[in-house]
Amino acid sequence: MSAELRRIAVVPAFNEDKNIARVVAELKEHDPGIDVVVVSDGSIDRTYEVARAAGARVLRLPFNLGIGGAVQTGFRYAWENGYDLAVRCDGDGQHIPAELPKVIAPVVAGDADIAIGSRFVSGGGYRSSATRRVGIRLLALAVSAIARQRVTDATSGFQALNRRALELFAADYPHDYPEVEGMVMTIKHRLRLVEVPVDMREREHGRSSITALRSIYYMVKVLIALFVGLFRRTVVPLGEA
Amino acid sequence: MIFDSQTPLKVSIAATLASLVLVLVVFELIRSRRLQERYALLWLLTGMVLVVLSAWRGGLNTIAAWLGVRGYPPAVLFAVGLLFVILVLLHYSTVISRLSDQNVVLAQRLALLEERLARARDDR
Repeated sequence: MSAELRRIAVVPAFNEDKNIARVVAELKEHDPGIDVVVVSDGSIDRTYEVARAAGARVLRLPFNLGIGGAVQTGFRYAWENGYDLAVRCDGDGQHIPAELPKVIAPVVAGDADIAIGSRFVSGGGYRSSATRRVGIRLLALAVSAIARQRVTDATSGFQALNRRALELFAADYPHDYPEVEGMVMTIKHRLRLVEVPVDMREREHGRSSITALRSIYYMVKVLIALFVGLFRRTVVPLGEA
Repeated sequence: MIFDSQTPLKVSIAATLASLVLVLVVFELIRSRRLQERYALLWLLTGMVLVVLSAWRGGLNTIAAWLGVRGYPPAVLFAVGLLFVILVLLHYSTVISRLSDQNVVLAQRLALLEERLARARDDR
């Protein structure tokens, strides 16, 4: 796989010292040429030590910023250190490192500025609660309508970016639940977005950060962001690729 | 014939004193540097508007009549006070949002710097 592209995996992790070593090892196993940067989002366990011992670089946030702030830290790192491609792969084991080559392929080939692993393009076999699936579908419909491009999974965090997309997200990225808004932002900035079918796992250790009350907050927050975003101009001037 | 009701003198005196206390407290907070002028402006404006409306009974009665407040003109004081409190709160929400944005950037920069430092140390 094109050895000339400098690639980095951005792994946000909040108290994941049980999962993180395996995620790092598997990422390197499935793409030996990739660097891994773990973003420890205010973890109070041994995430930092374990990830470093596993051979990853680790960005240690002094307090919890939430997933958007953590991921953006990794994107800034990738941007400032001159990487050609960054792929986000969550540290909780939900994203399967074996699927990484599929996610980065369109970006490596130059067919997309951002490629998103979708659980619902035919080929993915993701199981989840019915309400969550409905919510994810509704958001995908809303994004499809706003972006005038059909998307099936607007909430997937398993995504690969080239430098153009990195430039955008390093400068401006939503704070707590970034995926949906991020998707609309990329399309509004005329970046090429494609979805690839991937499989995802349920978590093995710990609990998902999205509980019942939070999912209501999540929907309301994201819908407000989408609606207000309609009245916002594209703010980040991107250099020519 | 409807007589517009008048502001009772006692109410006017009490409200004036209370508003003056507000202005003085804000002034003292600025003087002792516990409140920056930029965040005190709205409070000072609030206090002074309330002082004027409280002390100037004729004015309050007239404004109440304009607004169609027939029964009790000092109700206008509540409305004005409430309006300003909402403005101050809204202003603070924008201030908090800006501070938390800046906080995020600082935390990120710190993490990036620490990593660079750790790598430099490893290389040595």
